[in-house]
Amino acid sequence: MAEKKIRVLIAKPGLDGHDRGAKVIARALRDAGMEVIYTGLRQTPDMIAEAALHEDVDAVGLSILSGAHNALVPQVIEKLRKNGQGEVMVFLGGIIPEQDIQPLLDAGVKAIYGPGTNTQVVCEDIKTAMAERS
Amino acid sequence: MSKAKSNLVEELLKGNRLALARTLTQVENSTPEGISALEQLFPLTGNAYLIGITGSPGSGKSTLVNCLANHLNRHPISNKSNKIAIIAVDPTSPYTGGAMLGDRIRMRDLAGNPDIFIRSMASRGAVGGLAHTTAAACQVLDAAGYGTIIIETVGAGQSEVEIAGLAHTVVVVESPGMGDEIQAIKAGILEIADILVVNKGDHPEAQKTVNALRSMLEMAHGNGMRLPSREHLFERYTASGDTSEAHSNEHLWLPQVVTTVATENLGVQDLVVQLKKHNLFLHETQLWEKRAKNTIQMELEILLRNALAQKWANSMPPAFIAEVLEDLYTRKIGPHTAIEKLLAYNSSL
Repeated sequence: MAEKKIRVLIAKPGLDGHDRGAKVIARALRDAGMEVIYTGLRQTPDMIAEAALHEDVDAVGLSILSGAHNALVPQVIEKLRKNGQGEVMVFLGGIIPEQDIQPLLDAGVKAIYGPGTNTQVVCEDIKTAMAERS
Repeated sequence: MSKAKSNLVEELLKGNRLALARTLTQVENSTPEGISALEQLFPLTGNAYLIGITGSPGSGKSTLVNCLANHLNRHPISNKSNKIAIIAVDPTSPYTGGAMLGDRIRMRDLAGNPDIFIRSMASRGAVGGLAHTTAAACQVLDAAGYGTIIIETVGAGQSEVEIAGLAHTVVVVESPGMGDEIQAIKAGILEIADILVVNKGDHPEAQKTVNALRSMLEMAHGNGMRLPSREHLFERYTASGDTSEAHSNEHLWLPQVVTTVATENLGVQDLVVQLKKHNLFLHETQLWEKRAKNTIQMELEILLRNALAQKWANSMPPAFIAEVLEDLYTRKIGPHTAIEKLLAYNSSL
């Protein structure tokens, strides 16, 4: 009877309105058997952290195409930690320049997916991370 | 089950929202920790006002919940608590077991309010419009001090009426242009409505829908005939074990039709007026207690059924089930005979 589902929050922080990528990922994770909470466009780091808290998610996927990743992503991670959810896996999708990748990984992002990433890879990464954790 | 409170439950009762969220996860997964938390919290339940919001997909339930929660947070119906919890249920895919929970998208106005807690729930195979653990999740939120709990069902068609067994007040949300008067006289979801809302009231067809629903209600109530109240649907046992007298002091509630435009926050006040009236009605007529008892009975019945099924499944060798199934496949026996055989295998249960 007891059944552990992987719960993932997909959020778009900041001001860009391009949510196709976020929706594709949300759909792929759903099809991989996960429960996906999609929060829509133009979320602040506070809103994302609050939703992650209410929903007790295992992972947070952020999609950013505006270039504001260096400002927004560390804020989300910081707020998750402050809420006691430091163990939540944070992954990032969008247009992320090469030189920004390592600093973001150092800040606590678990994985970064650029354009053309196979959605199966994302699903597998999440499942692997969850298996490692438990 | 030990009487001592676990750390998780203690933290939850202190108002720790992470502890609340984690407890809900445990309850949703029916883990031993979740069950233990429920047992610890149960004595603290029975205070919250449960409002069910149901209706077809796209009728504007989430947007309406957004307005309603905002309003009730500022002007609570009972002055015990202005804390509001929302449980928003969306369907689980029967193929993959995954779910897309998108109700939060419409509830942006509620972000950052420490008195509002929103939890999305996947239906996980249940078909009545709720998840199997929605009632339990409500108990957790109730014990955590949320005075009003708004339960938004899966986008419901015609027969997802489970919410009527859980909520004190059921609001059915319709949108204009969804069919003629025949839809309004069909059995099912409209019958469980304590309040009917026609959302998207700025649509040119809206008044037509309002009229159709009003005439449906008049047909049911207009000539003084009593529509059987929904207590009948769920009542199983009274204290004496006799259900025949249970309805003798029944009171009549006439559902009203309210028009809203949730995207513009219009008409929400009218809905709140109706909620207040219904809340008062339930208290004045003692239906409040009756509904609470019905809910508990129903939950017990479901749990019992699950426990028995589990016990039975554990006692049954798979080979024997396969054998009976084979007889069924080949039409040697019918399904009722198959049940008899299966139950007779270990009749000590």
